[in-house]
Amino acid sequence: MSTARDLAQAVPRAELLRCLQKILPATGIIQDQESQRPFECDALTIYRELPSLVALPDTTAQVQEVLRVCHRLQVPVVARGSGTGLCAGAMPHPEGVLLGLSKLDRILDIDPLARTATLQPGVSNLAISDAAARYGLYYGPDPSSQIACSIGGNVAENSGGVHCLKYGLTVHNILSLELLTVEGDSLTIGGQGLDSAGYDLMALLTGSEGLLGVVTEVTVRLLPSPEVAQVVMAGFDSVNTAGDAVAAIIAAGIIPAGLEMMDRLAIQAAEDFAQAGYPRDAAAVLLCEVDGTREEVATHSDKVASLFRELGASSLQVSQNEAERALLWKGRKSAFPAVGRLAPDYYCMDGTIPRSQVSFVLNEISRLSQLYKLRVANVFHAGDGNLHPLILFDASDPQEIQKAEEFGRKILELSVKVGGCITGEHGVGLEKLGQMPTQFSTAELLQFEDIKHAFDPGLTLNPGKGVPILKRCQEYRALPKRHQHA
Amino acid sequence: MLSGTAAGDRNLEIIAAIAEARSAKRPVYISAGGSKRQLIGRSCDAPILDVSSHSGVIDYQPAELVISARAGTPLTTLIETLQEQGQMLSFDPPVLGGTATLGGTLACNLSGPARPWSGSVRDMVLGVKLINGKAELLNFGGKVMKNVAGYDVSRLQAGALGTLGVLSEIHLKVLPCPEHSLSLSYEMPVQQAIETMNRRAGEPKPLTGACWIDGRLHLRLAGATAAVEHTAGAWGGEVHRGDNRLWHDLREMTLPFFAGNAPLWRFSIKATAPVDTSLGPTVIDWCGAQRWVRGEQDYTSLQKIATAGQGHVALFRGGNRIDEVRSPLSAVEQRLQQRLKQSFDPDGILNPGRLYSWL
Repeated sequence: MSTARDLAQAVPRAELLRCLQKILPATGIIQDQESQRPFECDALTIYRELPSLVALPDTTAQVQEVLRVCHRLQVPVVARGSGTGLCAGAMPHPEGVLLGLSKLDRILDIDPLARTATLQPGVSNLAISDAAARYGLYYGPDPSSQIACSIGGNVAENSGGVHCLKYGLTVHNILSLELLTVEGDSLTIGGQGLDSAGYDLMALLTGSEGLLGVVTEVTVRLLPSPEVAQVVMAGFDSVNTAGDAVAAIIAAGIIPAGLEMMDRLAIQAAEDFAQAGYPRDAAAVLLCEVDGTREEVATHSDKVASLFRELGASSLQVSQNEAERALLWKGRKSAFPAVGRLAPDYYCMDGTIPRSQVSFVLNEISRLSQLYKLRVANVFHAGDGNLHPLILFDASDPQEIQKAEEFGRKILELSVKVGGCITGEHGVGLEKLGQMPTQFSTAELLQFEDIKHAFDPGLTLNPGKGVPILKRCQEYRALPKRHQHA
Repeated sequence: MLSGTAAGDRNLEIIAAIAEARSAKRPVYISAGGSKRQLIGRSCDAPILDVSSHSGVIDYQPAELVISARAGTPLTTLIETLQEQGQMLSFDPPVLGGTATLGGTLACNLSGPARPWSGSVRDMVLGVKLINGKAELLNFGGKVMKNVAGYDVSRLQAGALGTLGVLSEIHLKVLPCPEHSLSLSYEMPVQQAIETMNRRAGEPKPLTGACWIDGRLHLRLAGATAAVEHTAGAWGGEVHRGDNRLWHDLREMTLPFFAGNAPLWRFSIKATAPVDTSLGPTVIDWCGAQRWVRGEQDYTSLQKIATAGQGHVALFRGGNRIDEVRSPLSAVEQRLQQRLKQSFDPDGILNPGRLYSWL
């Protein structure tokens, strides 16, 4: 009997093309390499690959037909939203179809009374809140890429953002999905109620990185826009004190809407870029946003400001209006590109750690930075322990790439060692596949593989990503050697 | 790695029991407090695997907002431990006379009236350790707020009724107790109440409960004192200060509505779906998304109502528990769920048939 691999290699590209041409208009198929370039990677650009073909369907029915063809021919399928992912999860498979869903970008319904929105997968995250604003509602999760990133991609990665501690991740803010299986069968999971009849496939599918199915419609919950929000910004002379201040806020019974920390290098880069008024000489800056009713915000911002003062903040500023609040956030929101100006390239890590380990981990990162002779700026969702060290390097130097990757791996291993995980919100994708055994035992990885196999027996949905394939590796459509981790 | 043998740790014994059950192809019914044997799932006559002694809080770090406990830990123990630090289980679960355990609560995905605002037990789970049907002790998720490595097996356990694994340890996110709370109530017909509660839920106010019982709409406010009082002033209605038994009795299902042996049905549907008054007395909770009715009902008609409300219906307690007790799934979903079950429990020894006859 021929394996899936033999079969797939036996499928000439011409046959795949013929089949897709019956489904899609000429503009929906990209064949030549130059036009395929924009699809060769996601926002983690050090991993690149060209697909066999790019398919850009206009309708759900076309998506279904494309999946059926790929299933029949046992061709790998990699679904892609806006390509803003940070783990090479949407990097194409060289023998497969890159299934771009960006043309499915309609907002199908907004129900202001039930506070829900039904969306095609290509709708951008920010477009949801923009459309809901007229009803005094918005969509909670707000990843930094929210202008561009798609809701389908958010579901695939279980995206977070700066407001997760209070408002949750994608998994907490979606109600139902229309899903196509690898065979092209359609089903609805979840519903308009708050739970499911059988297994909670909503939980399983959210964050599954396109390995279990293709999402063609999403219904999200909308939240009432807070009456007011205020930011308290404080500078501290040491990272330790800033860490203590984070714990003190939680201990005081306050759940901030956002609680962000930046270290010296990040502060200086952000300040040069945005002139937000950050103290350039501080070792750490905290941005604490409280939101809610006017009364609640007044009470909580006073409390946060006095806690910061008691702990010896070297500088303190409370936003007095929307313009000041926006300016204080502008620095943080532009921290990545701002740090990006300090070196030809930067590599963003995503470990999550218990909050009590912040200063230990930052000290270790600083030690590693000296060891590898690569600078690092730390931007940190302090409220939920999600650390984003940005390693500065030069991608034109293969040795520096190697050093940056090794430095990154050490940070992830450190995160696991202190009781955290290798990825808080960016996903495993191709990038962190090699670190999965750091966090999981072989039996746990085999359980993941069995779940994958339950949904995708031919292992053709986004092969080479998310979960390592250990026992079915013979028939597996592995990525070329250069993309495989030891 | 197996856990040590700290007091209250029965992992080794449970693993041995599952290994034995597997080699004998003999199913088990997992039970701790026994509070839900007659609730939620279908009857299961397999011999009981008693995990009640696998109990105790393992770790609690208030500043991390995380508590870790063994699955057999009574909810009351957790709630008391948290209260000492001014924190709580935000999903407000029923303690069912003190018999409810953490594992059972997660397996049944039970949450109280605060659920639409403060999340469900499923939402608050950060990680679990479980023993699958192959007698492997596996660890998923963790103790941190965000974790997207691997599939979310932890939340998948919510509502799985123990059919995917014996829950061993559970890590939960907890939240600070609100500074102040009060309730407002209004005489109001049901349809108007549903519209009113949903309109109120669209306002940025500290609402944490909305139910309709016996012709009255009840709203609960909780949060910063000034915010709660200001909202109460603006919304009017009859004010109830202090401990309001109503929310407790609704959560624990001890209201007169819930008394007696008549079958109890639970709808989980769209919050704004219209109410079908032909079903007899109804209690509305979760801002309209959870609705209870009683008595012998025609299951097909209930099903139609649930489908129209884009949700599902289940025979929560009493009645015929031999046939299916919850909404059927599509053929495609059924196939996926069966394959998923098989991936965790290839011999079908864990609570067989408890969720669906075919699982």
